[in-house]
Amino acid sequence: MSNIVVNVEVAATGALRSTTGHLLQLATRLGEPVAVLAAPAGTSDELVAQLGKLGAPTVFVAETPTATSHVAAGAVAALAEAMKRYAPRAVLASNSADGREAIGRLAARTGNPVLLEAIDVKNVEGRITATHSVYGGTYTTESGVGSGIAMMTVASSGEPAPAAAAPQVEVIQLDVDAHAAATITATHAAPSSSDRPELPSAKIVVSGGRGLGSKENFALVEQLADSLGAGLGASRAAVDAGYVPQSHQVGQTGISVSPDLYLAVGISGAIQHRAGMQTAKRIVAINEDEDAPIFDITDFGIVGDLFTILPQLQSALEARAGAGV
Amino acid sequence: MKIAVLIKQVPDTWDDRKLTSGGCVDRAASERVADEITERALETALRQKDADKSVEIVAVTMGPGSATEALRKALSMGADSAMHLVDDGFAGADALTTARVLASGLTGADFDVVIAGNESTDGRGGVVPAMVAELLGVPFLGPLNSAHFTGASVTGERQSADGTQALVAQLPAVISVTERAPEARFPKFKGIMTAKRKPVAVCDAASLRMADIRNADGNVVLASRKRPARTAGRKIVDDGNAASQLIAYLSAENLI
Ligand SMILES: Cc1cc2nc3c(=O)[nH]c(=O)nc-3n(C[C@H](O)[C@H](O)[C@H](O)COP(=O)(O)OP(=O)(O)OC[C@H]3O[C@@H](n4cnc5c(N)ncnc54)[C@H](O)[C@@H]3O)c2cc1C
Ligand SMILES: Nc1ncnc2c1ncn2[C@@H]1O[C@H](COP(=O)(O)O)[C@@H](O)[C@H]1O
Repeated sequence: MSNIVVNVEVAATGALRSTTGHLLQLATRLGEPVAVLAAPAGTSDELVAQLGKLGAPTVFVAETPTATSHVAAGAVAALAEAMKRYAPRAVLASNSADGREAIGRLAARTGNPVLLEAIDVKNVEGRITATHSVYGGTYTTESGVGSGIAMMTVASSGEPAPAAAAPQVEVIQLDVDAHAAATITATHAAPSSSDRPELPSAKIVVSGGRGLGSKENFALVEQLADSLGAGLGASRAAVDAGYVPQSHQVGQTGISVSPDLYLAVGISGAIQHRAGMQTAKRIVAINEDEDAPIFDITDFGIVGDLFTILPQLQSALEARAGAGV
Repeated sequence: MKIAVLIKQVPDTWDDRKLTSGGCVDRAASERVADEITERALETALRQKDADKSVEIVAVTMGPGSATEALRKALSMGADSAMHLVDDGFAGADALTTARVLASGLTGADFDVVIAGNESTDGRGGVVPAMVAELLGVPFLGPLNSAHFTGASVTGERQSADGTQALVAQLPAVISVTERAPEARFPKFKGIMTAKRKPVAVCDAASLRMADIRNADGNVVLASRKRPARTAGRKIVDDGNAASQLIAYLSAENLI
């Protein structure tokens, strides 16, 4: 079976990024995964064990201090080295800033074509293909590469592969030329935002818009999200107004979500917002303007004042929870 | 300081955007505009010029003949000149080919900084700027929420998956900016008038040494299908019972 190289990303906290397991799972579908980790010397034992639990049968560790001091340089050098040793059919990375830079630089360095923003991958009779969601889910396309090794970024999230017994590990020392890389002078981990589900994989997403009117009022949407065990989303207008951090933005230039239920509160439903949520199974909206475009795509629309409806909804949900329904 | 801004013309996100049956951007189906994020990239450059008149800004695009409209707009906003990389052979170019064409156009022009958007609204690939940096052999800083130029270097706040990083690199460098970059200014009447006299250099594949492009070797679309449009369902006007009706709906649908 052919090898599939997976770029391993390490979070600011030093742990594996949450996308790692899903990447390994997709790689398992395409061939034999080789997890590639660039890390400073002596820091990788725990990460290698975790990669095994996430289903990596082989881990290639390239030890270099640049892994944490410079952007992408260590990862790209490690991936390029792994490509020489493991002759993969494809290289997979997440669509994070790190993943995109690694894949972009690697493709340019090695002259291989890219398959970007895959929501699914397939190996059809030896040809690796990717599925993409285009224009906010208006189209679904399949693509492949004409020749060469497929350099992919993955936009979906999901479950890890079954755990591998104990991964085969190869560790090398890598001399990385970082003169053409940006130096990291400080790292700030985003305050871990409660135990709300992450947006891309949440079953329910509750989003608030400009209609909330203020950061204080936005708490109404946060409470509703928490009562429903939902991910917290927002429109760009709500983000721009500072009600909620940018990482919550749903839409064209934000996150794409596809939950079982999307509940939009005080959101008009501009085309760019719809581009990030119109593939939800069920859409519910609360908006006082009966002509708001969001109602063109809702399964259940409520025309009314969110400031009266949300508190009622909140107490009804609490009563329901109390009654153990 | 000499700054190149990578401007991309895209189908207007306000329009009904379409793909052709072959799965390519249908340029005829919707209004074409300069991608908003690339206008913010230009605004980032213009603010340098506001502070220091000696800053020179070149707006660069790879795109069909119609992309001159996007370049004219950039000139009317304040760019000094433009570079249009246009050739029939570029039609259907994938990200790597696009980056090669752009890098080829930028080579030898002695730019201190190249500013791009973090991702385009038509493709959302978000890899072209890093590719251009790799091909030029210079640092890449992106996606940046903010950027500052201090003499021979650039610093900025990079948005990563789980926080931010402070970065620094020597110039020349390529940077990309996020939506946190300032909103673009509107062209003024005087700008629109002077834009007509500003130079636009037009380069084709041969002059860029890119005549051997083989798009079939790159990323190829194999199939494309349109999702059926959503239709509106039930809509109620709140008469005091909306909350309980919603809960009834959600539980009937097994959503709660
Ligand atoms: C290139 C580009 C990319 C973009 N990307 C995105 C993106 O990723 N995500 C995104 O969301 N937007 C995006 N936008 C912006 C988008 O066009 C809209 O401006 C934005 O979605 C509007 O947000 P909103 O619905 O919260 O605000 P508004 O359009 O102002 O709507 C607020 C709504 O709240 C309702 N309301 C007010 N008070 C109440 C009340 N008391 N009770 C009930 N309802 C009330 C109003 O009736 C109104 O419909 C993008 C735009 C461009 C040009
Ligand atoms: N054809 C192009 N012409 C000029 N700039 C481009 C082109 N394609 C991409 N870019 C630049 O690269 C950024 C990211 O695009 P992408 O990698 O396609 O998502 C854009 O915001 C532009 O600044």
